[in-house]
Parts: sequence; structure tokens; C-alpha cells
Amino acid sequence: MMENCGRRRFLKLAGISALGLAAGPVHNAFAVSGGSGEEATAEMTKNESAMTGDHWAMVIDTRKLQTESDLEPIIEACHNIHNVPVNITDKKHEIKWIWPEEFKHAFPSTDNHYVNEKAKHLPFLVLCNHCENPPCVRVCPTQATFKRDDGIVLMDFHRCIGCRFCMAACPYGSRSFNFKDPRPYIEETHPEFPTRMKGVVEKCNFCAERLAVGKMPACAEASNGAIVFGDLDDPESDVRKLLKESYAIRRKPGLGTGPSVYYIV
Amino acid sequence: MSKNKKMYNRNIIVAGLILFIALITFPVWNYYVFSGETSTAPEIKLSEKAKAAKECVRSKEYMKTEHMQLLDVWRDTVVREAKRVYVSPNGKSYNMSLSSGDNSCLGCHVDKAEFCDKCHNYASVSPYCWDCHIDPKEKK
Repeated sequence: MMENCGRRRFLKLAGISALGLAAGPVHNAFAVSGGSGEEATAEMTKNESAMTGDHWAMVIDTRKLQTESDLEPIIEACHNIHNVPVNITDKKHEIKWIWPEEFKHAFPSTDNHYVNEKAKHLPFLVLCNHCENPPCVRVCPTQATFKRDDGIVLMDFHRCIGCRFCMAACPYGSRSFNFKDPRPYIEETHPEFPTRMKGVVEKCNFCAERLAVGKMPACAEASNGAIVFGDLDDPESDVRKLLKESYAIRRKPGLGTGPSVYYIV
Repeated sequence: MSKNKKMYNRNIIVAGLILFIALITFPVWNYYVFSGETSTAPEIKLSEKAKAAKECVRSKEYMKTEHMQLLDVWRDTVVREAKRVYVSPNGKSYNMSLSSGDNSCLGCHVDKAEFCDKCHNYASVSPYCWDCHIDPKEKK
């Protein structure tokens, strides 16, 4: 009897013992992920001073921005506080959130074959349009780019995998890709705002981090009133008043993206 | 069948088995045989500011086991819901930020090397927080 079953019994016992040994670590693993047992009772809220709106928009008065040197402090203010690597000399690797553009490139869909001299040579300040119907959000496979309830098209840099679909989808070229680690190319790092890492896309965020503490976007602040920021859904807002007073155009309106950046010409 | 209990090549097999077990348990006995000391978890050094505050956003035990989940929830809530104020169970408000300002994580735990890196290095985890977030002390 014993001789017959010795090996089989041994194997059975060994199997059960192995199971028993394996159960310990598995149980521990579950216990760890179960947390400390403390009930989550914390609350998360917005800052009291945070600016809230239903549709943030920007009106750029190009009559007040005549030369490139008028635009410089505005661009610098933005790129400074957001740690944009401005020292990249290779045009293909360039990172920009807000930059000057010629009329024919900024507004290629205007039908005019012959534009007046003034518009032809005026530098137009272009940036992410925070579209009402943003194509970049539609194509993002990880939802790293998303549209907030207040109309801001924001990027979650944590989640971007660098596929660059959004760059292909954006008709305004508002997005830049970090082909290399941007840190060595930043003029002066500001610790209040993170840098980006190699392999993520970046763009203007309408200064979401400033709105959250009740500040106006940096470009609007640096523009001496040439850039006005406000809630488009509020008829009493500054942007609506401006749009009522003066004729304004948007970039490539025919595409149906619904840009939230208006240009008074 | 049961009569033949002879084990062929017994010496080689037994020696081989012993060698096999010795090799496979190498990481276990290696430490004691060659270094002769047991490893100890690093001591976290609290900054003066953290010591003075006496409490973190949650209890010490909670932070020990759950700080990674907490930070994960924080970054999603801040970026996606624009909520940046954390009202902890003790009623105090904190800025939900890793590295910006006095009311953020690094605002209190000012020494990243002593507070974060020490344990992370010991546990051999390398969170990528610092690929983007800036330690104000390390700033060039």
C-alpha cells in the first residue's frame, strides 16, 4: 500500500503545501491595496478667488499691436511663466504657445486676393483658439486633451503619450512637440509651473492655472489692453462689449471649429 | 515494480540537486554570508516646517500607505476639474500642488532629497514626477 501510493501522496501533499505558501503573499498584496482603512472624508473645492465662466474667449485688438516689438513683451510673459523652451534654434523642434504670424498665414481662408498694405505687414498674434468644437480633442486617443466646461481646451501632460494626432488635427498649428528634453533650453525656470518632458505635446492653456487663483491670462495682462479676456456667454462681459463695438474676424471660420479667439482688424 | 528501488546515478543526482537548491536560493543566503548585515529602512528626516506643522494633509499612517493614490487623485482633480483646494478631515485647507508655493507638498517638505528620494531610492521606485515638476531647491 505505502509503496504504491508513496509518490502520489507526496505529490499531492507537495501541491497543497505550495498552494498554502502562495496564498500568503497574495493575501498580503490584497491587504496592501485595500488601503489603511481610513475613510476618505476630505473635500476638494475650487479657490474662492477662482474666475469662473461658461465660455472663455479672447479678443485681440490688432489696431493696438502694430509692430513685432509690441508683441514681444506679450510673448515673453507667456513663455516665461510657462517654462517654454525658447532657446531651441532648430525650427523643426521649436516650441511655441503664442507667436506672430503674417496675415496670409493666419487668415488663409479670406477670399481677398489683394489685401491692403496695413494688414499685409501687420504681425498677428496667434495662439490656441480653444475651439468650441476642437478637432484635437476628437482625435486624442488617451483623452489627454479635453474640453473643460468653461470652454478651455486643456492638456493633461500626465496623460499625453506623444502620438501627435492632435498636431495633425489642429488646423492652426497651435501645438508643439517636445522632440527632446526641453529643460536645457529654458531661459529661466519658474518652479511654480512644471516643465514638460521629452515626448509630449504642448500648447497654450489660456492660463488655466492663473484663472484658478483669480488672475487674468499673462498675455492679456502684459498687453496694455490690446488683449481682452472674458466670458463670451455673458452679455455684459468686456469681450462681448468689444465685439459689439468693432468688427472682428476669426481664423479659418469655414472649418467649423468655432475659435474662441477674435481679431479686431 | 515496487521491488526495484535502486536509484541510478545517485551521487550525481543528489549532488546536482544540492547544487541546484544552493543556486536558486542564492539571493536569500548571499546577503547574510557576504555582507553580514541586514538592511534597514531609511529614516525620513522631517523638515523644520513639517515638524512645526505636526500634521500632513492626512494622518501619518494614511500618507505612508496612500500618498501615491492621493497624489494621483490630486493631479486628476486639479487638471480635469480645476479644483485646487484640499480641505482635509481636520478642517485645514491645502493647495493641491506638488511643487508650487508654500502651501504645496514641497512647500512644507522642503528637502526633496531627504523626504522623497531617500525612501524611493531604497524601495527602488522611480516616480516620474520630477521629469516635469521642479524642486525649487534644485532649480538652476
